[in-house]
Amino acid sequence: MSLNGYWYLILAAVLFCIGALGVLVRRNVLVMFMCIELMLNAANLTFVTFSRMLGDIGGQVLVFFVLVVAAAEVVVGLGIVVAIFRRRASTTADDLHILKG
Amino acid sequence: MLAATHPTFPDVIVFVLSAVVILAGAVGVVASANPVHAALSLVATLFGVAVLFVEQDANFLAAVQVIVYAGAIVVLFLFVIMFLGVDRRENIEVEPLRGQRPLAFALMAAVLGLVIALAASAHWVTGAHAVSGSTSTGHHTNVYLLGKSVFTTYLWAFEITAGLLVIAVVGAVVLARRPPPVREDEAEGRRAPVGEARDGGERGDGGERGDGGERGEVADVSTHEEVVG
Repeated sequence: MSLNGYWYLILAAVLFCIGALGVLVRRNVLVMFMCIELMLNAANLTFVTFSRMLGDIGGQVLVFFVLVVAAAEVVVGLGIVVAIFRRRASTTADDLHILKG
Repeated sequence: MLAATHPTFPDVIVFVLSAVVILAGAVGVVASANPVHAALSLVATLFGVAVLFVEQDANFLAAVQVIVYAGAIVVLFLFVIMFLGVDRRENIEVEPLRGQRPLAFALMAAVLGLVIALAASAHWVTGAHAVSGSTSTGHHTNVYLLGKSVFTTYLWAFEITAGLLVIAVVGAVVLARRPPPVREDEAEGRRAPVGEARDGGERGDGGERGDGGERGEVADVSTHEEVVG
């Protein structure tokens, strides 16, 4: 039998906070995307842990859907990054202020 | 809950090693100056999470995690990094906004402490057990249980997922496509406003960024040549 579920939940919380910290601190759009992936993985780990603690397969099904949505998000997000890079030759979020009023 | 069963020694070792790999990879993603190193650290984190999936009897998800995340998504990241040529060190010493990093650290530490305190005070997990299907029904494997649940209870969501993927593919193609060159006879009516808008935008770039402005100038010259010729 593996460890008590709360160890996994604490680990997932720490992982989520590191990912959120990266989104707040970093300026490179690509690295910000990777930090979003970190946060999604933390959520997935939480889902699987709850699935085990409650003996319910629904948590694992939800992780399956999160994986699909993450893949779609990365595809569209990287497409946007490439389209922006064509115009601005930069992947820094601070340079993207065209819409600023 | 599961407090009565004692974990065996190998389980503790596996958890501790995976946790170290996961956290080291996560710190590497946030702290790497080079985006390629960040992507490789992300692979370490994803593998660690996959190991913890196996540890918690989610075998199918562990396989999907390695195949889709480490195999496809990270490769997509690396492809875009190298395609754009941004695979070099960037200066992460300077702080664009003063005081942003200490604030972000303090905010995240507060969030972490509050989440853990709240979860601990709420006994970590509450609710009914095995509502949408059990994870342990005798001799059935994890893949069988997950597949049965996806293709019966969650069939509608699964089919919407197919639509989402199609939309993502179409969106990526549309976004990544170069705009077709404007032919002269077609562009007769709308040439002037388009040219003005582009000139204005590129001039705004040139004031702040040297290389961006130069690229803009080159693009402008080529469009004017097209117009003249």
